[in-house]
Amino acid sequence: MSVTQEPLHRTLGLKDDELERIRDTLGRDPRPAELAMYGAMWSEHCSYKSSKIHLQTLPTEGPAVLVGPGQDAGAVDVGDGWAAVFKMESHSHPSAIEPYQGAATGVGGIVRDIISMGARPVALLDPLMFGPLTDARNRWLLEGVVAGIGGYGNCIGVPTVGGEIRFAEPHSANPSVDVMCVGLARADELVTSSSLEAHAGSLMVLYGATTGRDGIGGVSVLASATLDDSSQDARPSVQIGDPFAEKLLIEASLELIQQGLLEGLQDLGGAGITCAVSESAARANMGAELDLDAVPLREAGMEAFEILTSESQERMLAIVHPSKLEAVTAVCERWGLRTAVIAELVEGGTLTVTHGGEVVAEMPATSLTDEGPEYDRPQEAPATPAEDDPTFAPFEGDLREAFLTLVTSPNVASKAWIWEQYDSIVQGQTVAGSGSDAAIVRVPGTLKGLALSSDGKGRFGSLDPYVGTMHAVAEAARNVAVSGAKPLAITNCMNFGNPERPVVMWQFAESIRGMRDACEALATPVTGGNVSFYNETGDSAIWPTPVIGMLGLLEDHRLRVPTAFPRAGLAIYQLGETFAELGGSEFAEAVLGVVAGHPPALDLRRERALHDLLYEGARNDVLASAHDCSDGGLAIALAEAAIGDGHGFAVTVGSDLPSHVELFSESASRVVVSVAPEHEEQLRELGTAHGVPMARLGETGGPRAVFAGLFEIDVAELREAYETAIPRLLGETG
Amino acid sequence: MTVEAPRVGVITFPGSLDDRDALRAVDLMGGVGVPLWHADHDLHEVDAVVLPGGFSYGDYLRCGAIAGHAPILDEVKAFADRGGPVLGICNGFQILCESGLLPGALIRNRSLRFVCRDVYLRVETSATPVTAEMTVGEVVEIPVKHGEGQFVARAEDLRRIEDDGLVVFRYCDADGVTGDEHNPNGSTDHIAGVRNAAGNVVGLMPHPEHAVDPDVGPTGGQPLFASLFARALAGAGA
Repeated sequence: MSVTQEPLHRTLGLKDDELERIRDTLGRDPRPAELAMYGAMWSEHCSYKSSKIHLQTLPTEGPAVLVGPGQDAGAVDVGDGWAAVFKMESHSHPSAIEPYQGAATGVGGIVRDIISMGARPVALLDPLMFGPLTDARNRWLLEGVVAGIGGYGNCIGVPTVGGEIRFAEPHSANPSVDVMCVGLARADELVTSSSLEAHAGSLMVLYGATTGRDGIGGVSVLASATLDDSSQDARPSVQIGDPFAEKLLIEASLELIQQGLLEGLQDLGGAGITCAVSESAARANMGAELDLDAVPLREAGMEAFEILTSESQERMLAIVHPSKLEAVTAVCERWGLRTAVIAELVEGGTLTVTHGGEVVAEMPATSLTDEGPEYDRPQEAPATPAEDDPTFAPFEGDLREAFLTLVTSPNVASKAWIWEQYDSIVQGQTVAGSGSDAAIVRVPGTLKGLALSSDGKGRFGSLDPYVGTMHAVAEAARNVAVSGAKPLAITNCMNFGNPERPVVMWQFAESIRGMRDACEALATPVTGGNVSFYNETGDSAIWPTPVIGMLGLLEDHRLRVPTAFPRAGLAIYQLGETFAELGGSEFAEAVLGVVAGHPPALDLRRERALHDLLYEGARNDVLASAHDCSDGGLAIALAEAAIGDGHGFAVTVGSDLPSHVELFSESASRVVVSVAPEHEEQLRELGTAHGVPMARLGETGGPRAVFAGLFEIDVAELREAYETAIPRLLGETG
Repeated sequence: MTVEAPRVGVITFPGSLDDRDALRAVDLMGGVGVPLWHADHDLHEVDAVVLPGGFSYGDYLRCGAIAGHAPILDEVKAFADRGGPVLGICNGFQILCESGLLPGALIRNRSLRFVCRDVYLRVETSATPVTAEMTVGEVVEIPVKHGEGQFVARAEDLRRIEDDGLVVFRYCDADGVTGDEHNPNGSTDHIAGVRNAAGNVVGLMPHPEHAVDPDVGPTGGQPLFASLFARALAGAGA
């Protein structure tokens, strides 16, 4: 085997034309440290160079939006002077290589984004996607990722209240590990670039952990390239988490803000010190003098480029007026955290970096942060697949058996094995956690609840990324609406393959178009998000999987509508209509073994009308329960509503369509509700007022789930099957 | 003389997580929560002390091992020697075992996994500050959340714990019946909480501070705090 020497810029992830651009900016050849800085900051992960022109088309404004995209996290006004801050990110590449630390440091990173806005982190949600659990490596990945999320999240005192776990073959090589964090801050104390008061002479204080050789090249080598057989060699690029240090960072940072000691605050994540210092300077329209000799190191002999791009975890950068330095140091010391003044803001826009008394880098700060390349990459729609929509295939199988197959399908079955490994109750505000359509987290000292949901629909996305993404937004909003809350705004994580392939770029552009249309129609603006490209290995890319993180507001958490049937003797209604739509359904995949056809149609006006009805129904206490129809359709929605509190039901499903279609179609904009008999009239009036069609299906009660004329089954048996499916796949039958 | 609300101190160690929750629970139950700091030698004249849950010092050594040497533990020991009520919850229980105030030890859950869920506890003795107002055999619902909550002890210690009635709570079902399926961590004899010989120091793995507010969970922690308050006030007057 011959070894050819790659030019330095290429090993740092920079293309030849990007090197030319750097030469133009500097007017000379870049030094090695400078190349490392540009390589990190102009990486896909940091610069959004392939996605930016598409992201700019998203709706970002609305009456509740306080902070939109471009900051560390978005923020919405939830009243009483409170701002809810939220953001989602992926840590998929590191998790594929080292699942425990990959997932753990993903949690740590998103939490620091929330802290850097001046908010206390109050909730975490983890949308995860893996390959099938029949494969040992996928089980290893799942167990490692879940242990990592728990190991980190449980140790920092932020409850993990939701998320979802889905399984599909294309995720075997590339699991998607996304994480969303929500925080609360007083609206007038939010820390953003517009609240920045920094001026020349202000100091940049690095506090928290020391800087080591871990995570070097995390954004450029790992996150912005595809994984292949040699990817295990990239383990040194995976960061190692220290949740104890993170907990101290949370408390110290919030204390610094509360005491008014900071002019600005920045987390250290991707691209480490390079990113934090250049962004802080660029946001203040200034330059900075950075002294690498002042950075506390984990080991001696680190090179300048290593210190500049290390992604060692649990570090923050505070902008501090010299007069406040002593007080800042005192707070950090009280929490056992080390501080170091590593840089000073200066007039002009130049970032100068010294190491060992020598200048090792000198460039305009904004050339790193704002003047990176932007690409309008070529797109190409894939060949239209042959018409083999499972909707129209006759089904000769046994309906009861198909129903049980769906109940025990890993996408549907209970995820309690996973949730129980997360502390969901710390902070004492969790009104509803995992297992509810939306998690409800109370705003301390008020009756308000934040309603939180995360949803991705890779299967629909694989068939039609435009419609699939609209479904993801609609379902996330519906999950919030069924709890009685009003959807306010979204964040997102876009999980895709290699954008340099025109088909992937087309998928991405279509997906953004779908998000734009859905968010406009549902009045839920985009406050930020994250793009995770290069999720592919060989020629196997993941399904285009946009994951939507929805934040809604429940004015009074006591009016929350539960998911499960709360008692016997209630009338059961389906809101919305069932059409013959089995394309991309759980039934088609789990029972028929195909992922094909067209995803269900989505009428966004109908969707919005449904949300309005649910909101009004909850406010007037009409609804005893509400659960959205999603994977597995009406039959699974009924099953889950029954399993929750153990109340059975007897229903008659429609007869216009074949029975398996009535039961398992995944038509959008449908919800199963239960209402007390004295409220039925009111519910029907709401339906008329909002133009939402509905059908009375039957009543709750008894120990059995009865589909009249088709089949029936004990709820206890159903629960047993639902709860043991995933432990069985993991080899734990106890 | 007017009846005052008891002052209940809650110690914050680096890595404590449920300290604010314990303070809020004390306030919600009608007491006065007093924040205490690990590095201080001052209990601020509280009537009772709570060591809260969390991961003190990251629990990178044995759980609770480092916190067991914190300066404030000297004051807690002196307070306990005077008969003052001390309650350790979860990591607080681990700290009390590590510092020798309670017998036994807590190791990795038998499943080797963290577990967060509501469990039932059966009261085994009312001769403690947190069960004084409860009856033996009473069942309460309270959540657990821990990775290292399996209670173990050497054979001779275990005999003493059982023979001297030092078991305060056992995991059970809603009817008070014990069984492996109701034991979330594999604890010996389903032990969820123990007391010292004098009875004034109690530790338990479940979180009563997360079981006082009906909006966010079960309410099985209420009688524990009610008992603690009554005993704390009685002690303060003595």
